[in-house]
Amino acid sequence: MVAILYLISALLFIFALRGLSHPESSRMGNIFGVIGMIIAVFTTLMFKSVLSYYEIGAAILVGGAIGSFIALRIEMTALPQLVAAFHSLVGLAAVFVAAAAFYDPVAFSIGKVGSIKTASLVEMSIGTFIGAITFSGSVLAFGKLQGTISGKPIVFKFQHLINALIFLLIIFLIVLFLINQSPTIFWTIVIVSILLGFLVVIPIGGADMPVVVSMLNSYSGWAACGIGFTLSNNLLIITGALVGASGAILSYIMSKGMNRSIINVVLGGFGGEQDTSASKDNSDKIVKQGNAEDAAYIMKNADSVIIVPGYGMAVAQAQHALREMGDILKKEGIEVRYAIHPVAGRMPGHMNVLLAEANVPYEEVLELDEINHDFPMTEVSFVIGANDVTNPAAKTDESSPIFGMPILDVEKSQSVLFVKRSMATGYSGVDNELFYRDNTTMLFGDAKKMCEDIVKSLSA
Amino acid sequence: MEAHSSEVFVIGLTVFFLACIIGYYVVWSVTPALHSPLMGVTNAISSVIIVGAILAAGPQGFDTSKIFGLIGVVLASVNIFGGFLVTYRMLSMFKKKTKKTKEKE
Repeated sequence: MVAILYLISALLFIFALRGLSHPESSRMGNIFGVIGMIIAVFTTLMFKSVLSYYEIGAAILVGGAIGSFIALRIEMTALPQLVAAFHSLVGLAAVFVAAAAFYDPVAFSIGKVGSIKTASLVEMSIGTFIGAITFSGSVLAFGKLQGTISGKPIVFKFQHLINALIFLLIIFLIVLFLINQSPTIFWTIVIVSILLGFLVVIPIGGADMPVVVSMLNSYSGWAACGIGFTLSNNLLIITGALVGASGAILSYIMSKGMNRSIINVVLGGFGGEQDTSASKDNSDKIVKQGNAEDAAYIMKNADSVIIVPGYGMAVAQAQHALREMGDILKKEGIEVRYAIHPVAGRMPGHMNVLLAEANVPYEEVLELDEINHDFPMTEVSFVIGANDVTNPAAKTDESSPIFGMPILDVEKSQSVLFVKRSMATGYSGVDNELFYRDNTTMLFGDAKKMCEDIVKSLSA
Repeated sequence: MEAHSSEVFVIGLTVFFLACIIGYYVVWSVTPALHSPLMGVTNAISSVIIVGAILAAGPQGFDTSKIFGLIGVVLASVNIFGGFLVTYRMLSMFKKKTKKTKEKE
């Protein structure tokens, strides 16, 4: 009976993910997920060995209240750090469950204290190891995204060698743990894994964060898997594998969006070193600068506008003002669409959520390969808070660090409007030749303020 | 749950690989626009680890294992409620062109 209920729960989780194939079915999918979780929890509460309902109920209430409070109050721009924080909790929970199994193996039927079966110990150690890495890696990712810690990649000598040595040390500790089952060794594994988690995330930063967040998503899944094997629980194994696969695929999509291998991203340090080599002298080139009225005039006289949002839009919270601008243009009979680059923002799909929050209908929001061939037929590209993802150097300049990265072909539209704070380069440290073209107008200033000013000019 | 044997492990491994394959196909079918909600949902369901925490917290009396279990329950609950709710919030924003767009204003 238990196995059947767990199976139903696992199937519901699969349907939950399946629902996300379309926005219409996605809400139902989320409900499937909730039902699956309720079944899983109540099934476990029915176990004969589970007696302390009050304590467990209180723990669920406390955790649930905290989780609900955070989830309901969080700003959509802060989603990436929220997700990172949540990943860290999964990792930590995995460590605690493994520790609990180690201290009371009888409750999990995996042997007695001091004589736990070797197979269970291996699985337990792996769960602990991945859980601890997920925990500390996510905490660091959270700090970087929140801005508590510098988002810049931190690189030092022998970094990879040190990581490799620590990894070998962990394997050695696990072997030792199998032999003597000592609590000291168990906690040493936890601490050393936490250290490794920090070291793995420290060299990655900036626009690579979407990959990190996806990767940690994946790890949290594998951690659940490790615990699933320890407890011989198929529900945990299935769910862990689903989450692990999901995170891995997202990491792959994100790295592909930057034309880099996952290995390359994981080894990190991108953007830190290339700055100097790429800063060609552009001081003598002329930039055409404009203001909100110019932008309003250009767009009012166009038939079609494609808006390209980037992380800068999220930082400035400009999505609502931007949608207002789009609405006025649509009323004028101008076709307005949004083009999303896969790595725009700090987590996969971040821009889509922000635009949805501002009530932009999802039919108007298109992915790179859906809209890229439309730029030559478009009069105005309105780039707001994005830079590298529009840089033609990715197609033409083989020496550029972003060469080969798929970009949005805004340069093919008749004119380009760039909303930017300054002439600073993007995270890759590469100058964007688009800024100096004749048909480009730079609109310097805060993205939100600029959109509001354009709206004023348009309605005037 | 029966005692651990190599057979149990092999069954677990079978389930694991099949689930990975299902995960692979299901996740590729997710529309890129919903990748953020996907992270929200996976985050919530990975907290099914609460099952293990409940088992640890289950027995009466108080010992180390039980305290660890209860902490695990709290942590996983934060995630379950937080993950599903934030996903709900995200998904309720994705609207069609025709209806509802005006209502919120």
